[in-house]
Formats: sequence, structure tokens, C-alpha cells
Amino acid sequence: MSVTPDLECRGISKFYGDFQAVNDISFSVPPGSFFSILGPSGCGKTSLLRMLAGFSEPDTGEILIKGNPVAGIPPNKRPVNMVFQHLALFPMMNVGDNIAYGLKRRKVSPQEQRRRVADVLERIGLPGIEKKSVDQLSGGQKQRVAIARCLILEPALLLLDEPLGALDLKLREQMKIELKTLQQTFGTTFVYITHDQSEAMVMSDQVAVMNHGRFEQVGSPQTLYYKPETPFVAGFVGNNNRLRGQVIEAGNGSVKVSTESGQIFHTTSTTHLQQDTPVDLFLRPEAIRIDRESDSLWQNCIKGRIDNILFDGGNSQLLVRDTASPTQLTVALPQTDEYQNLRQGEIIKLGWNSKQSIAFRAG
Amino acid sequence: MLRFSGKNLSFYLLLTPLLLTLVLLVILPQLDMLIVSLRERISYGEYTFSLLHYQEFVNEPFYWNTFLRTAVMSIMATLITLLLAFPIAWYIAKIAQGRNKSLIFLACLIPFWVSELVRTYGWMILLRESGVISVFLQWSGLASGPVEMLYNDITVMTGLVYASMLFMVVPLVSTLEGMDDSLVEAAYDLGASTFTVIRTVILPYAMPGVISGCIVVFMLTLGNYLTPTLLGGKDSLWFTEQIFTQFITRFNWEQGAAFGVLLLSLSSLIVWLGLKLSGQSFKKAVAS
Repeated sequence: MSVTPDLECRGISKFYGDFQAVNDISFSVPPGSFFSILGPSGCGKTSLLRMLAGFSEPDTGEILIKGNPVAGIPPNKRPVNMVFQHLALFPMMNVGDNIAYGLKRRKVSPQEQRRRVADVLERIGLPGIEKKSVDQLSGGQKQRVAIARCLILEPALLLLDEPLGALDLKLREQMKIELKTLQQTFGTTFVYITHDQSEAMVMSDQVAVMNHGRFEQVGSPQTLYYKPETPFVAGFVGNNNRLRGQVIEAGNGSVKVSTESGQIFHTTSTTHLQQDTPVDLFLRPEAIRIDRESDSLWQNCIKGRIDNILFDGGNSQLLVRDTASPTQLTVALPQTDEYQNLRQGEIIKLGWNSKQSIAFRAG
Repeated sequence: MLRFSGKNLSFYLLLTPLLLTLVLLVILPQLDMLIVSLRERISYGEYTFSLLHYQEFVNEPFYWNTFLRTAVMSIMATLITLLLAFPIAWYIAKIAQGRNKSLIFLACLIPFWVSELVRTYGWMILLRESGVISVFLQWSGLASGPVEMLYNDITVMTGLVYASMLFMVVPLVSTLEGMDDSLVEAAYDLGASTFTVIRTVILPYAMPGVISGCIVVFMLTLGNYLTPTLLGGKDSLWFTEQIFTQFITRFNWEQGAAFGVLLLSLSSLIVWLGLKLSGQSFKKAVAS
């Protein structure tokens, strides 16, 4: 006996004229989890979210919220609330009235409204700001007020439409953690859409990667990162080097690939690949080891010259060109002291285990 | 001591024509009107201070009835214009896209390319006894004889609303265009019905535009002379006609001036009351 999911979608599609924005999507979100839909702009994630909120209806398929079908139920009657991209706080009302807006519509008594507004402000860590006007709040405070305005209604589902997009980088990093904490303290199910993979990875229990109206893969952030099922996921989640090549030896789960520039690499693959199949080989910059002299033995090994050092603190990278071919690889630069004196033009050895790269049939 | 330098100087230079027109064309004539209205002619070229002309206004029911009627009709015309203009402004600001948007806006503007006199004459061609509508009604057998549709209050009201439409649509469109659509969606999402969304979100947001539109339309209607006179005939009883009659027909400048001062006080009073009742400030309405 499984728990009824808070949200379940069964084969939903949405067309705009000839354009299919959402293509036969099915998924379910268990209660109390943080579910993200990650995809590039124009992939249909906003269309999907608006169908969940009730602003549009799917052309085919069914949406169930807490096990009940919601077809034909308008947004003001759905047990779902939405935090908008630009938050949509009402500028002519103060913070208290903004948060109490939904309770007022439910005809909750004024004393009860005041009590619950004070309570929710306490819980988001902004007690006593009821009388402030919306323009007096900072970006992060507005964010929390917009979320409180929805959570006070105790919705089955909170939908968030890229609410961190307008914030600057520092605040965004901070809000990621706060959102996650808020979700855990309230225990409400969050459905979050974003094009920023780091937001999705940091906050979510489950992430669905969406492209061209379809879900490419649904899984935990770790699964998406370590075991991508499609080339799109491999390229979109995290950074990746992509090398074109051809299978020269197919085995059980592991293949030998010859790249366009003639290197031979051992790699894994999730699908069965025939000999001579053209493939894309994905290799994460952070999975590559750097060595200067020693003759350590790795399954895959190349010698390269450092073309460029892209210094960015903890996210620093090296651009390394194979000495024997024009292949260029991006390699993460560990911030341990043995690599601090690497110089442009230096020849280094790169190596990685076959399990850390993956090959897909080239699309 | 004023110091004219750089930015300061250009500010005063730009302000000068504005101040000149304000002083010469508005404040000076009004002051003169006030002075003229407060004197009584004793004999040729000889005047004394007197409140006679204001007493005349209070004692003669015909005058203050006309005065009240003008005020009430103007308020009604303003409200009707608002009711009609709001959906149009909403459509222009939020629903119409690209070309359609400018076309509809243009349609509101085009009538103002011809003079008010010609536009009012257009209404007369349509509505008079031998006019287009009357002829059509007789031709189609809906009326047995000529139908006179001019010279009644409904016609005057129609003409006034028509003449004011643009001045209500423009400020409404500009405030509504500034509104983020997601405000409406958010209210809807939080459980509001369509009516509640309009009452609690759209109207409060558009209030500065509503107020500035209403002030302009009310002032224009109250001070309108052509439309009530031509469409309402001699029974239209518009207060500006009384002013005209005193100045031009009776050559009683003192009485006309008193009426002029009264009309200014009346319009100021009503605008002030309107702002108080709607809880808006003049500053906010002007800024929109």
C-alpha cells in the first residue's frame, strides 16, 4: 500500500496551434518532497506549471492532486498556490494585508487572520513587519513574504516559477538554502521550476530534466549527475566535455571508443551499442585527475598542454589540449597546493577511470 | 538672492513660459473676475464694493437650479464615461496586441481631429427630426412620423460622454499598462473571484488613473458650452450658458463674473470632495 502522491500527472500534453509545448508527461510527487523541473527556456516547463495551477487545461491527460482529478477546477478553487516569477506582491497593500489576502477570501475572522499572519511571519523569520509597505522590503524579504502569502493557506502543493531569477548571485545562494529550510519546516510539497541546474540540484529531492516538452529523466540530483540516461541530461546537468567518436569494441556495459582525432578511450554506456555506432562521449571536468610526472596507471590517459587557466577560486578550470590531436578538454583545477604553480604551456598528464565517462549514441 | 548657474538657470528658463501663461492667462483673469464680481455699477464709470451679484444668485432659484443641475449632470457624465472607458482601456492595455492595439487607440483619437463644433454637428445630423436616424425609422416602418431626438437630457449626456471618452481612456490605459498581469493571476490563485479581483486588485491599482481621468473629464464637462447648447437647445440649462448670457447678451459683466467665480469654486469643491471620498491625493493623481 503506497501513500497517495500529492501530485500525479498522467500523460498530459498541451498544444499551442501546431506547436506541442508539453508532450505526454507522466510523473508523481510524493507528499512533503521538493520536486524540481529543470530545463532550458522554451522547454515547456512554464506551460506545465500553469496547467498545475489551473491557468490552462491540458489538451490530453489527467492531473490529480492528493488523488483527486482537478480538470475544470479554476485556480481560485484548487488547493494549489503559486509563487510568481516576479512575486506579484500587491503594491497597494502592506505586508500583513498581502499575506492575509487568501484568508480574507476564505472569510476567516479578522482576529484569526491577525493571529495566523503573525504566526507565519514568525515562522519565516520576519516577525512584526505586518505594517511595512512592500517597497520597504529587501529582495530576500519579498521572496519570503510571497511564499508566506501562499503557505498561510496550507496548500497541498506550492508551485514556484523561478522566483530566484531576479535576485543577485549572493542572495540567490542564500535563498536556495532558505527555501530548502522553509520547505522542510512547513512540510509542504514544493514544485519548483528553474533553468538553473544548481538551484535544482541543491534544493530538490527529485529533479525532472525537461527538454522539448518531454521529461528526459526524473531522479535524485545524484542520479542525474552520476547516471545520466540521455545525452541531453549529461550535457545539461553539471559540466561535461563532449567528445565525438565511434565504437570500436562493444562489451557488456563497457565500450571502447575511438574519438574523431584518433584517441582510444574505455568508457561505460547504459544502452547496448553496436560496433561502429557513432557516439558522444561525456566526461566531467571534475572526474579528471591531473598528474605531472609519475607514471600512475589509469584506464584512460592523455598528455596535454595547458592552453589556458580559467581562475575562478574554487571553480577554477584548465583548458588542456592533447599534445597529439586538436582535442581540447576542460579540467577542474583542484585547489590543493600541489597544483597552485601550474603554468600556461606546461605539459601535464590527464587520466580518468572508465566508470567516470559515459557514451551515448550520437543524436 | 537667487543664483543663476548651470542646471539652475535652465530650470528657471524652462519654467518661465509656464509661469507666464499661468499668471497671465489663468490667475490674472480670475483675479480680475473676482474684482469685477464684487462691484456694483452706480452710474457711468462709477463703482462701489457690493455682494449684490452673489445675492442675486442666491435669491433667484433659476440660477442655482441651473448651477446644481450642471453639477449633477457633470458628475453623472463623468461616472458614465468611467464605466464605459474602463473596459475599453482594459482591452487596449491588456488584451489587444500590436497592430490592433494602436488601431483601437487611434479609433479613440480620430474624432478629435475634427473640431468639437463639427463633431457636435455630426450628432445633430443623426438625431434631428429630418436626420439620418429619423429617416431610417420612417423608411423601415418603425415610426409613422418624424422623430425628434435632439433637445433632451439623454442626448446631452450622450454628447458629453462622447466628447470626454479619450480623456478618460488615456490615463486609464497608462496606469493599467504599468500593472503586472501576474498580480491578477496571483489574486485569482489565492482564491479571489473575478469580481473580487477587480475590486481588490485592479481598481485599487488603477485608482490614480481613475482619479486623474475623472478630474479632467469632470472639469471639461462642467465647463463645456457647445455640446449642451447645441444638443440640448435652449432648455439645456447649462451654467456656462448663463455666464455667456450675462457677458454677451445682457452685457452684465458683474453678474457674469460672479457666476464665473462661483463655477470655479464649485468645481474645486467637488474635485476636493471626490479626492477625500476616494482617499486619494491630488499629487498621486497628477503623477499618474
